[in-house]
Amino acid sequence: MKKKAILYTALLGGALISSTLFLSGCGGSAEASTSGISPQKMADGLHLVMKSDRTIYTRNVVNRLVKQDKVIKASEHWADDKALPLPAQMFRMGAEMVAKEPDAGFSYSLQSIWPINQQNAPKTEAEKIGLQYVIDNPGQNYYAEEELGGVNYFTGVYADTGVAAACIDCHNEHKDSPKTDFKLGDVMGGVVIRIPID
Amino acid sequence: MNRKKLQWILAALAPLWLAFHFSASIKGEKQNAFMPGDASHGHHQIQLQCSACHTEDMGVKHDACASCHQEELDRVADSHPVTKFLDPRNADRVAILDARKCVTCHVEHQPDQTAQMGVTLPEDYCYFCHQDVAEERPTHEGLPFNSCSTTGCHNFHDNSALYEDFLEKHLDDPIHKPDPSVPPRTLYQNWAHENETSPLSLAQRDAPTSTHYSQDIAFEWSTSSHAQAGVNCMDCHQSEQSSDWVAKPGIASCQNCHDYETDTFLQSRHGMRLDLGLSPMTPAHAKLPMHAGAGHKELSCVSCHDDHSFETRFAAVNACMSCHDDSHTNSYKESKHYQLWLAESNGTAPAGTGVSCATCHLPRVEVTEFGETLTKVLHNQNDVLRPNEKMIRPVCIQCHGVGFSIDALADPNLLENNFSGPSSIHVESLEMVVEKLSRVAARRSQGTN
Repeated sequence: MKKKAILYTALLGGALISSTLFLSGCGGSAEASTSGISPQKMADGLHLVMKSDRTIYTRNVVNRLVKQDKVIKASEHWADDKALPLPAQMFRMGAEMVAKEPDAGFSYSLQSIWPINQQNAPKTEAEKIGLQYVIDNPGQNYYAEEELGGVNYFTGVYADTGVAAACIDCHNEHKDSPKTDFKLGDVMGGVVIRIPID
Repeated sequence: MNRKKLQWILAALAPLWLAFHFSASIKGEKQNAFMPGDASHGHHQIQLQCSACHTEDMGVKHDACASCHQEELDRVADSHPVTKFLDPRNADRVAILDARKCVTCHVEHQPDQTAQMGVTLPEDYCYFCHQDVAEERPTHEGLPFNSCSTTGCHNFHDNSALYEDFLEKHLDDPIHKPDPSVPPRTLYQNWAHENETSPLSLAQRDAPTSTHYSQDIAFEWSTSSHAQAGVNCMDCHQSEQSSDWVAKPGIASCQNCHDYETDTFLQSRHGMRLDLGLSPMTPAHAKLPMHAGAGHKELSCVSCHDDHSFETRFAAVNACMSCHDDSHTNSYKESKHYQLWLAESNGTAPAGTGVSCATCHLPRVEVTEFGETLTKVLHNQNDVLRPNEKMIRPVCIQCHGVGFSIDALADPNLLENNFSGPSSIHVESLEMVVEKLSRVAARRSQGTN
């Protein structure tokens, strides 16, 4: 009887210890997998999605329907003109939707040192340096940390390139554009992604 | 009882009386014990319904403003949406003026500091972010910052009729457009056809025989648009819960078919009390001058749309004039707008060419429902009232040019006399656009960019 009791206790104790180790192991690995994503990796991933969607909308929707097939216009005042939103506007509408999410964990914007709307000119030091950096260093991104409104941010700046005639023509012809000689493949501005860090 | 005893008793009763007073103030109809000051003209009707805006501990609900006003802001593509200030890159601006919160500019219960539109900041608030405006726009050099939003040029939220490209598109508008008219309402014209109903005659009414009503009412219904559309007595008078006859159907009955109209009515000054479950608004609640005899009329759908006849032409003019008693209203029948309304009413002018009170204050607007664009009547008259430039797009430019409309709305005398005569004020918005275009053309021709 005594032997049986010891055996049962040993089995129960073993099961408890192994299950505890197993569960804590699961928690540890999950934590490791989330904390393992660096702000830079997250920003790079976000930018890849943004860039892909934006390029596809620009080439396969706006440029195709406006420039190639000529079936509809794209307009800055797309609702008034019953036209397609410009690619930059589609991008900004997405950024505004993300901004409404209090737990989004990131924000992004489209800026340029030649902005059509002056509100989209670089403001912070990181933006000013970063937008010039991606022009001067093709294929490279700019990363920095900055404090804004008492919060520390990881800031990534990515080149925004004119991928279709629709981008180039619109900027070159717009009355508020400070630069009117853009060519296909030129860096026209930059995407700025911010992730708050502790 | 000696004097000292009486003092002790009074001292003991005083806190009890105070506690009773405050308890009654908080829980009763009059929750005004802690109200720091009267609410603004937009909210005074509901100022004692604290829970509409406040949390239980008298904080401000996070969606207190947006729950009533966001839809309107979205419709006009708000020029300063909250999202603009949530971007960390605007943290420096937020530190100066926290435009993430409505209450930064619109503090309630501050009657001595509240200006038009419920703004409690000094009028030159644009300076905070736009002090360098003249660098980009030389035409703005030297203009005082308290004139930006007070002279018909700009609004903080709604610039849908004032933005530069819109003005550019309308530079050559005539004063009167050729063949001016308001768009026809689209949904209800086709309602009978789409719902496969047929017009009903007097004999086809389906009110229960046990119900007592006058023959006048039955006759009015038989000549109404409802009878023409096949809408019978029970369609409005039947309880959804019990299927019993309801003698006086409420707004919910109208809402079954006229959801946009009732929803916007409930957003308006006329319906905001009903929306919060309070007693209906009466003209006695109004801050504007009203006819003394109308003080106790209760506002609902049928207070303007006479029940059973549902005559929209009565609702468009006479219903308004039966309560409102101000110079703008009282001058209407001297105006050219009224002459046009008379001509349409007499059948001497085409449908849609008359201008009633409702033409301007309850305009026909395009709404999208289930992917289809429909023209419906906006029943929130405050939506296009202040700042009055909000009226330009949905109302004025149906018939007039943009420049003419901006000038007319900027002249307070014309508002008083209901637009009799030309405007004595000229807003130079269009000239500034022309100057900008000339400047850009000159710069481009010089090849500077």
